[in-house]
Amino acid sequence: MNGLTPLPRAVGAAARRPAGAPVLGAAPCDYAYDGTFEGLLTVLFTVYDRRAAPNSIQPAAAAQAGLFAEPALVATAEALAARVWDGLLRTMDAEARARLYHVFLSEDAERELLIFRYVDLALRAGRDIADNYADATVRRVQRLAQQMFREKHRMEAFVRFEKTGDGLFHATVAPDFDVLPLIAPHFTKRYADQRWLIYDRRRGYGLYYDLACTDVVRFENTAPAPASAGVAATVLDEREPLFQLLWQAYFDHVNIPERKNLKLHRRHMPLRYWQYLSEKQPRAQPFRPIQNKRPVAGPESGTGQREP
Amino acid sequence: MFFTFKAEKQPFPMNERIQEKLSILADAAKYDASCSSSGGKRKNEGKGLGNAEGMGICHSYTEDGRCVSLLKILLTNHCIFDCAYCVSRRSNDVKRAAFTVDEVVDLTINFYRRNYIEGLFLSSGIFSSPDYTMERLVRIVKKLRTEHQFNGYIHVKTIPGASEELIQEAGLYADRLSVNIELPSELALQTLAPEKNYAEILTPMAQIRDGIIQNKEEKALFKKVPAFATAGQTTQLIVGASGETDLQIIKLSDSLYRGYGLKRVYYSGYVPVTDDARLPQVTQPPVIREHRLYQTDWLMRFYGFHADEILDPAHPHLDLEIDPKLAWALRNRHVFPVDVNTAEFEMILRIPGVGARSAKRIVAARRFAPLTLETLHSFGVVLKRAKYFLTCRGAARPALGELTEQQVRRQILFGAGSVRSALVTQQLDLFAQAS
Repeated sequence: MNGLTPLPRAVGAAARRPAGAPVLGAAPCDYAYDGTFEGLLTVLFTVYDRRAAPNSIQPAAAAQAGLFAEPALVATAEALAARVWDGLLRTMDAEARARLYHVFLSEDAERELLIFRYVDLALRAGRDIADNYADATVRRVQRLAQQMFREKHRMEAFVRFEKTGDGLFHATVAPDFDVLPLIAPHFTKRYADQRWLIYDRRRGYGLYYDLACTDVVRFENTAPAPASAGVAATVLDEREPLFQLLWQAYFDHVNIPERKNLKLHRRHMPLRYWQYLSEKQPRAQPFRPIQNKRPVAGPESGTGQREP
Repeated sequence: MFFTFKAEKQPFPMNERIQEKLSILADAAKYDASCSSSGGKRKNEGKGLGNAEGMGICHSYTEDGRCVSLLKILLTNHCIFDCAYCVSRRSNDVKRAAFTVDEVVDLTINFYRRNYIEGLFLSSGIFSSPDYTMERLVRIVKKLRTEHQFNGYIHVKTIPGASEELIQEAGLYADRLSVNIELPSELALQTLAPEKNYAEILTPMAQIRDGIIQNKEEKALFKKVPAFATAGQTTQLIVGASGETDLQIIKLSDSLYRGYGLKRVYYSGYVPVTDDARLPQVTQPPVIREHRLYQTDWLMRFYGFHADEILDPAHPHLDLEIDPKLAWALRNRHVFPVDVNTAEFEMILRIPGVGARSAKRIVAARRFAPLTLETLHSFGVVLKRAKYFLTCRGAARPALGELTEQQVRRQILFGAGSVRSALVTQQLDLFAQAS
């Protein structure tokens, strides 16, 4: 994402603007924008330019269906957006600024106003507010950013690639939040020598790495998202079913039945992710435990006992 | 060098055979509790496969709630040793199997490419001789690194008795090395694992420690130095297979952390594998005890506690019902309540119900405004426990001085809003049945 290019951090007192922001004296206003992050940054610029605080900030598509007065549609201007993005570094560090972008990707219903409130708070505070956990806006931003981080981390863990006949490693996911932009660097670094595609079924777009770089791809005309996560068996690499089978066998055998704890299992790996985890799919053959124990008699003595 | 195992020309001549091998050798490796894949510094330079920088990733969780991060396997479960607690012991009548070097390489690469794993955890039964075994392990990791440009995480378990040169070589390719201390005392080792002794375990541990230190020093001096076990060294011991007290166990861990610079000590609750009379006749692994030991381990490593603050000869065992930090606080009520708005960070860390993250937030946020109970709650402080031990803006509630240790304990355990972990209730029920 070009908006995420890390910029040199403004350091020293000279770079910091004195505390304060324009007083928002004009009548509050309902804003609409095109739904992009750049669009939202342009709205922020407009708010301070017009000195009119937002009643609401909504994507144009949603705003038109609203019950309220006609919102002011702000046309996205990349130059203004870039100015706001750079300017944010005068009141917060790069990490706090990235958090705002993550909040935007969270698709939270209140995200736009929340981002505005945080920025406004930061402008008026005159010091870094990231640690002010007693403030509800700061806490909400931290909370959403944390949820985003968790979902990003889960996607880095739970993506399962299938190799197709032409050597593409393909995975389908349906994350709770729009985290594909956040996981792109991880997968690009990790799988630098294989072509891969991660498709977000819920949002209808994917990431494709072609051995040179990773791009966002959309499939306009093809029927989107087959109901099952997998690729049709006919196009799979001939050894793909073997590795899925081996992975399932491995998964079954590293479990220690004496320590069974399904509650913990589900807490770490919630049910909604199971659909794309090959190890959680039904087995072709029933599990056969390795007979290597002669446990003492007890309530559980049936498990793993050898045939006489 | 001769190979006693039949060489297979094709990596996968028979799918069923490889599936059986994987089943046997994963099953035999699973009692090693080590799971971490973090701390590596191996970057993917250029266009190789994999990247092991930064934080670890748990790719899956088995039904016992343990994480699956690495392909954790034995090269073989053939073993010349006869350790009573081990499923692969020589005298156990089990199916044996052995991977070839190529099979392990192929499995690792293909699991990694599908994002199943962070890398490889490779251990082995000892066949023929320690060096013979170690040499095969080194061959696998060398092949992964040099022929396949594999940059994923590799943890190699060093074989007790293997030569210095082989351990040194393993450290060049592995991110982490470990030698298992196995049991919490030398006496237990003599009884249950007669072929092993502490000297043979501690010698390679010291060698790895020195290798890591030397590597760090060389890195400070020279630009290009080959890495040596950059994710450090760990060990594991089995809890509940022998009679040591918790005090003995945490004293041992403490000395390993201090003396050998270990990253982690793993505690593996003994899973009953045999009716051998030298072993306790239990039916369930001691999971709560193991959990309390891990909590204690965390208190020592991240919360500034010393081993002898947590346990002493008069109290040699951890309380199974309450966590060790709460137990310490109940015994040391004179240092409470702690004022969250003024106390030192070190003291805030000691309040039961305040974790490391909450403690950091408290110290950061109180610079903006005095904290209230409501804000503490919104930080994630567990007030159910914490409220007895802290004060904000002057008011301690309820007043700790008016309650006895037993009253506080009972209110926390059984009072309104108490939620007891399923792990604890389940196992305490079992104890109740047994007694």
